[in-house]
This record gives sequence, C-alpha cells and structure tokens, in this order.
Amino acid sequence: MEIILLLFTFVLAAFLGFELISKVPSQLHTPLMSGSNAISGITIVGALIATGQMNNDFSKWLGFAALVLATINVVGGYFVTDRMLSMFKAKKDK
Amino acid sequence: MQDNLINVAYIFAAILFIMGIKMLGSASTAVRGNRISSLGMLIAIIVTLLRSGLDYRFITLGLVIGGLVGLIAAKRVQMTGMPELVALFNGFGGLASLLVGWSEFEKSAEADWFLYFVVFIALLIGGITFSGSIIAYLKLSGKIGGNAVVFPLQKLINLLVMTGAILAGFLLVFNVGENSSLLVWLLIGLALLIGVLGVIPIGGGDMPVVIALLNSFSGLGAAAAGFVIMNTVLVVAGCLVGASGLILSIIMCKAMNRSLINVLFGGFGSGDTASGSEVEGEMKALSVEDSYYVLEAAQNVVFVPGYGMAVAQAQHVVKELSEILEKNGAEVRHAVHPVAGRMPGHMNVLLAEADVPYDQLCEMEEVNSIMPTVDVAIIIGANDVVNPAAIEDESSPIFGMPIVNAHQAKSVFVLKRGQGAGYSGIVNTLFFRENCRMIYGDAKATISSMVAQFDN
Repeated sequence: MEIILLLFTFVLAAFLGFELISKVPSQLHTPLMSGSNAISGITIVGALIATGQMNNDFSKWLGFAALVLATINVVGGYFVTDRMLSMFKAKKDK
Repeated sequence: MQDNLINVAYIFAAILFIMGIKMLGSASTAVRGNRISSLGMLIAIIVTLLRSGLDYRFITLGLVIGGLVGLIAAKRVQMTGMPELVALFNGFGGLASLLVGWSEFEKSAEADWFLYFVVFIALLIGGITFSGSIIAYLKLSGKIGGNAVVFPLQKLINLLVMTGAILAGFLLVFNVGENSSLLVWLLIGLALLIGVLGVIPIGGGDMPVVIALLNSFSGLGAAAAGFVIMNTVLVVAGCLVGASGLILSIIMCKAMNRSLINVLFGGFGSGDTASGSEVEGEMKALSVEDSYYVLEAAQNVVFVPGYGMAVAQAQHVVKELSEILEKNGAEVRHAVHPVAGRMPGHMNVLLAEADVPYDQLCEMEEVNSIMPTVDVAIIIGANDVVNPAAIEDESSPIFGMPIVNAHQAKSVFVLKRGQGAGYSGIVNTLFFRENCRMIYGDAKATISSMVAQFDN
C-alpha cells in the first residue's frame, strides 16, 4: 500500500512540475537549472540516514561517499545560484 | 509519533521546494525563490538528523567536507566557467543517488522484488547522470574536444549496452538473492558506460539541451533513491526537478527546431553533416579603423553574442563599447538567442556579470521585429544562430531553426577568429552577403581596439 501511495505522489509531483514552469524568460534559464539542480541534492536525506548507521559496514561507507557528494551538490548549487541571481538583481536596482 | 512529525516537516519542505521552483521562473521573485527552496532543504536535513540512533560523527565529517568543497567551488568559479560547474554539481548529485540506492541494497537483509527494481532504476539513472555529466564537464571545460564523436556501429553498440543493462536489471529483480552483488557491480559499470556513450556523440552547440536533460535526470535519480528508501520528500523534490529539467530541454530543442531524439542520436556537429547549398560571393574583411567610422555614425546598434564571446572573455569590453556607443547617441541592444552558448541562458549570465543593463538584453523575437531599422549588428562569436540559411535554404540541415535576423540590419560586423564554419560545419551564408563585413581576430582584442578608436 505504501508503495502505491508513493507512486501516486510521484505522478502528482510530475504533473505539478510540468505545470509550474511554463514560460521562463531566457535570462533565468541558467539560475533555474542550477537552482533546481540544488534541489535534486535532496538525495542528501537518504545519504544522511545511510551514513548514520551504527556499524562499520560497506553500506555505511557508501552512504558517507553519497553524503559528501550530495552536500557539495546542495551547498554549491544554492550558493552559485544565489551569486548569479544577485548579479541580475544588482543591475536592476540601478 | 516522531515519524509523523518528521513526515509533516518533509511536507513543509516539499511545499517550500514547490514555491521555490515557481518563483525561480520569474525575474522579480527568483532570488527569494532560491532562498525559500534552500530553507526547504535545510528543514529536510535538520529533521532527518533528529531521527533517533544516528551516528553523528561521520555525518558531521561528511557535511563539513562536502559543505566546504561546495562553498569554495561556488565562490571561486568564474562566470565563464559556470556551465562546467553546473555539469559537475549535477554529476555529483547523480552519483550520490546511485550510492544511496547501492547502500540500501547492501543493507537490506531480506529483499523483495520491488526494492530490487527501484535499486536497479536508481543505479541506472544515477550512473548515467554521473558519467554523462562528467563527459559534459570535460567537453565544456575543454579538457576533451567539444566536437561530436562518432564511430562505426555506434548505434548498435549503444543498443547492445542498453540491452545489457536492462537484462542485468531483470536478473537482479527476478533472481532475488544469489550473486546479486556481482550483478550490481555489472549494472553500475553498464550505466556509467551508457552515460559516456550517450554524451560523446553530442556536439558543443547541442550542449544546452544535454545539460538541461542531465539536470532532469539528476532529479529522477533522486526520486528513484526516494523509492528505494521509501521517502516522500525525495520522491516529490526529485520528480519536480525531473519535470522542470525536461521542460527546459524541450524549450532548448524548440529554439533549434529539432526534436530531443534528433539531438540525442543525430550525431550533429561531427563534421560530416551536409552543408546545404553552395554560396556565391566572397567574405569581405574590414579593419577596425574602418569599422569605427560606421559605428561612429550608427544610431541603432545590436550586439549578437555567442559562444565565442565566452571563449574570448569579451563580455566586459562589450559592455564598455556599448556604453561608449550610447554616449555617442546610439540605441544599444544585446540580442540573446535561446541556445547561444553552451548552457541554457549562458549569454545572459555573462552579460549580467559585465553589468550590462537589464533593459538592453532582448530576446530574439523582440530584436527581430526592429532589425530592419538597425544600423549595425555586431556578431561576437555567434554563428549558426544568425545563419540566414535557416530561413532561406530548405536543403540546409538547420532549416527551420529560429534565428536572430542579423542579415536584415543595414550593416553587419562579424567578429571571428578565422574563416571556418561553426561547430555544426554549416557554411554561414550571412558572411557572404553584401552588407556583411568580417573583422578577424580575437573578439576581446578587436573590441578593445574599437574602444580605443573612440577614445582618440
């Protein structure tokens, strides 16, 4: 049952994603991409759980590698997007 | 009870992601949108850390290492290096999803077919995203050649590798238990191979589509990892990114009047594509000194930047020249073609870095409507996006692609290093026109000396 609910959520989220972004001005294409790229770093949640295991198994080490990579993706992605967008913004205030 | 609280917080995080993506789509709200979505991420991370029985030592270590690397990379990167960095981050996200799926696979003592199925999907998508992004990174940063790589039997080999991966997946799902570790290694290897094989035949000019598509894949990878660990926030956020990335890829394809399939499997830009009809006439060169007299008298100037501007790092001198022209009484615009450069929106990022005023950045349609009244169109390292063959020559491979109609301007200056064709290998008929003059040399040096001419 849980699986079906999750699939249901997946399908709804897909439709929502398509509806959210219809016409994006081209100057926002890069920030949209890098910003959503940072969101895809949500896999960090899975990595945290895997790294937090109380053992020293192979599984934990895989989780640790995932955690480092996902954190780079999240932190780097948000900061670089913010940097880009603030460039756009600074210009508009003039 | 604790689980319920965590799930409520995840719903809240998902709402913030949805609002964030929505707001990223509009200029006035984009900064806030990105911050709102980062707040969602922070909430998701914090509530995950509140779960009981976690080993925090390695978590802290991982967060610190990853955080520092990410922060330094984000602060240091030059705006011209943005496409590579986005590709690299993307690849890391994909690999992380692969590893999360693998880790869960190793951990699970008793497995059911559904778990193995979603592990298979996570490994496949995560692996393709990772190796594909790394190849894109290498191409964009110039560490390997940017041209399309094609070889005999390529499609057959790709098909075989893909079939192999799907077979390995089936074996994994239907033979739960025996020897599955070996299958997982095989599957990862094949997924990585698919990513490499998938991106090498794609030429530099098609990179915006690939980057957007890989972005979509990294989201789907996260969603697949979400199914592996049965976590809603991963599924929702991953799926949103998957959908938005796909839309961006489609926007890019439309801007080239090609289908996604054609971009991915066309091998466009390998040099052996047909080059359309023969052109008559010759290219006429012009010196910087002579260009000055034309520019000095111009009332209406349009810059059309392309990848060449990024390579020459010419955005700052472009801004300088456009200021001088404005002071001289001319109206200045920058026409940005949707697929100019190597990633979606590439030119906008560069011009924004150089502080070019927002209202001077124009989309293609906007500029085309006034093009006949433009005195000078200055093409800086752009090629296919201004090739009139796209609207005039039905035999041209790019026929039907919307272009910036620079050829309608009274004079056209093309800043270009040499006489060669663009990445696609298509002859640009614009260069042979009566109103077109070629100014050879490095774009940055050329524009600098134009600026110097005005200063004298």
